[in-house]
Amino acid sequence: MSALQLRRTLLYVPGNMPSMLQNIPIFQSDGVIIDLEDAVPLSEKDAGRILVRRFLDAYAQRNKEILIRINPLDSKWGIEDLRAVLPALPDGIRLPKADTPEIVERLDTLLTEFEEELGIEIGRFKILPSIESAAGVINSIKIARCSQRVFALAFGAEDYTASLEIERTKTGEELFHARTRVIWAARAAGIQAIDSIFADVGDMEGLRRETELIKRLGFTGKSLVNPRQIEVVHEVFAPKREEIDYALQVVEAIQKARAMGTGVISLGGKMVDAPVVKRALRVLKTARAHHLIDMDIDDEVIYGQE
Amino acid sequence: MVRNSLGRWIPETFNGKALIPYRDPFALQPQGMRASRPLTRVNPGASKVLGSLREAIEASGLRDGMCISTHHSLRNGDVLLGQLVREIDALGIRGITIASSSIHPVHAELIPYIEKGVIAGLECGVNGLIGEQISRGLLKCPVVVRTHGGRARALVSGQVPVDVAFIAAPACDEYGNLSGSSGPAACGSLGYAQVDAEHARVVVAVTDNLRPYPVAPLSVPQTLVDYVVCVPTLGDPKKIVSTTTRITTDPVGLQIAQYAARVIEVSGLLRAGFSFQTGSGGISLAVANHVRTLMRANRIQGSFGCGGITGYFVDMLEEGLFQTLFDVQCFDLKAVESIGRNLNHVEISADMYANPFNAGAVVNRLDAVILGATEIDTRFNVNVNTESNGYLLHNTGGHSDTAAGAKLAIIVAPSMRGRLPIIRDELTTITTPGDTVDVVVTERGIAVNERHADLKRELLRCNLPVKDIGQIQAEITRITGRPRPLEFSDDVVGLIEYRDGSIIDVVRRIAD
Repeated sequence: MSALQLRRTLLYVPGNMPSMLQNIPIFQSDGVIIDLEDAVPLSEKDAGRILVRRFLDAYAQRNKEILIRINPLDSKWGIEDLRAVLPALPDGIRLPKADTPEIVERLDTLLTEFEEELGIEIGRFKILPSIESAAGVINSIKIARCSQRVFALAFGAEDYTASLEIERTKTGEELFHARTRVIWAARAAGIQAIDSIFADVGDMEGLRRETELIKRLGFTGKSLVNPRQIEVVHEVFAPKREEIDYALQVVEAIQKARAMGTGVISLGGKMVDAPVVKRALRVLKTARAHHLIDMDIDDEVIYGQE
Repeated sequence: MVRNSLGRWIPETFNGKALIPYRDPFALQPQGMRASRPLTRVNPGASKVLGSLREAIEASGLRDGMCISTHHSLRNGDVLLGQLVREIDALGIRGITIASSSIHPVHAELIPYIEKGVIAGLECGVNGLIGEQISRGLLKCPVVVRTHGGRARALVSGQVPVDVAFIAAPACDEYGNLSGSSGPAACGSLGYAQVDAEHARVVVAVTDNLRPYPVAPLSVPQTLVDYVVCVPTLGDPKKIVSTTTRITTDPVGLQIAQYAARVIEVSGLLRAGFSFQTGSGGISLAVANHVRTLMRANRIQGSFGCGGITGYFVDMLEEGLFQTLFDVQCFDLKAVESIGRNLNHVEISADMYANPFNAGAVVNRLDAVILGATEIDTRFNVNVNTESNGYLLHNTGGHSDTAAGAKLAIIVAPSMRGRLPIIRDELTTITTPGDTVDVVVTERGIAVNERHADLKRELLRCNLPVKDIGQIQAEITRITGRPRPLEFSDDVVGLIEYRDGSIIDVVRRIAD
């Protein structure tokens, strides 16, 4: 089976704060985004870079995905950021202000050059473009497909609402269309979609509501600003016991159907066919990634053997 | 000098008394009878009320070289001990031993009286400056640190004979019935003072709230109280409840708490009849909060919560998650308020709470306890008394008692503090033996004492980050480096007494 790479939680960690960097190994987020951009004041850009490089060199037993948010490529820091951190082999780059596919393609070219220089496999460094303006939302369909390195689209609601000159609300009506478009773009390209941060660290109920909403819409995860938010998001994304039980019944039913030589069967009065099985497998894979079940799941179950 | 079973060098005598080196947590057997106090008679019509502290000291017959006690339920808000020592000094009495249940930073005011010879010894642990000065050799005053249960044992067994107990009484009547749950200095349980009332030769109730006879419900009854004295104030109520009583917001602390709660869950102890104790620190409270959520979700009705009681435990009692709270000390005003009105919130004495030498203390009935540490070694021994600078700064409290009593004693601690690793090869001081510590939880991993192979397997099965304690230590020291060991002189300035009276460690003066 293809293991599902969970990206429910991508935690931002400021790149200029040693006390926070040193705790990266202990937090249970699926990934971290070490920030060299907005979190780092102009006077500390170079210090932050050196610190992040040193931290990554020392962080030998990587236990989560490491992304670096560099400064925009058209700023005077972006390329220096890459030069400083890539030798320490992060998993990928979160690219701010990825408003057009050309910007992402430019990063792709730069990464290829660095990979050649470092003598490592081409395509190793991944890209997570930040869709955080009206232009980015409009171009998201092309951005999602412009490079093999792009594994997900990240929606950035704070910058997006700023670019629209509107307020961001906790209920998020103003984001609905943009979020949906980002999800369509990502899903059509077969990649993941990561939702924006929830800034109010004290409001766990608000975070829970927003996470439930974005999960229903189709996002696969969320960027976070505080480790305290991890648990809530994981809880929301964890499949419920009933969902797991139903998915197991579906798999059992379809296997029985195949033994009888058919691809369709009724379970509790409802028809079970390929899309239903597909959804059930997704639930089981997620459950397995959450350590809620302990079984191997094979895509073969959907269509049977040839 | 002899080495105790943990490898610590213990002198044969200290302050003129022979010492028993620590061997193991449970084997030492008590000898003899419970100590008591002289018979007395108060005839009808006699008054117990005296005009001042000075009159009470005189009436008690306190003389040079005797021993007095107070309780620490007013914590850092207490003004009684300071007042007493000033009066004792004014009366020209010298060489007094203080056997209070604890001494707090506010009692740094005693330092001049130690220097002057009014106070000649401390039969109790110290929090704060006095301990620091003793450790540095700036102050000469032999100190014996005891656990809460160990102090009760020392009084009950007669090891520490208290001549006069001065009991700060937030509410008291003229015949000596007293209570902690109301009045301007209300502090709730008087569980420590109850032991003193039973065993001191003379008992003086000191109150700032004299009420019409009879005061009820009772913490200490009239039959044990010889004199009653009114003073303008017992202390500053704002400082009485001085401990941290908020859940931590520090992500590292929350991570530790989450692991600790999972350990309790996976241990299988969290079922009907569960009993639990935590301290009042931010991480402990976060663990309590997780446990509460789990108990609610699984509809578990617990048996009792115990120890120093916080508002969190009061909420759990009122929610029906515990049947009873056993309260030796209230940690916040919510607990104080509850103990005065809820019959299931029970005031217990330190004897009942934790004395190892009676027919069974409450700690023996604990399922799980969450405890802290200043240092831990790779054999699971724990230090809570001294800091990395070698200063004696903290009292033991119920640490060793609950660790010995509970089925599951969990130490929670951040892996480093102020750039220093929390897990050491050698401790500055051993407070609680590793034989009684079951699990150590840091944000970098969970270490399980090898006595619990089943628990370790189960935790691993649940994907918790269980590691060998040496491995966690290595991970930490890779970041922090190894601190240079402190240098101590040979002078023993204090004893760390285990709960059974044997000597688990000593405090040495820091080298110049």
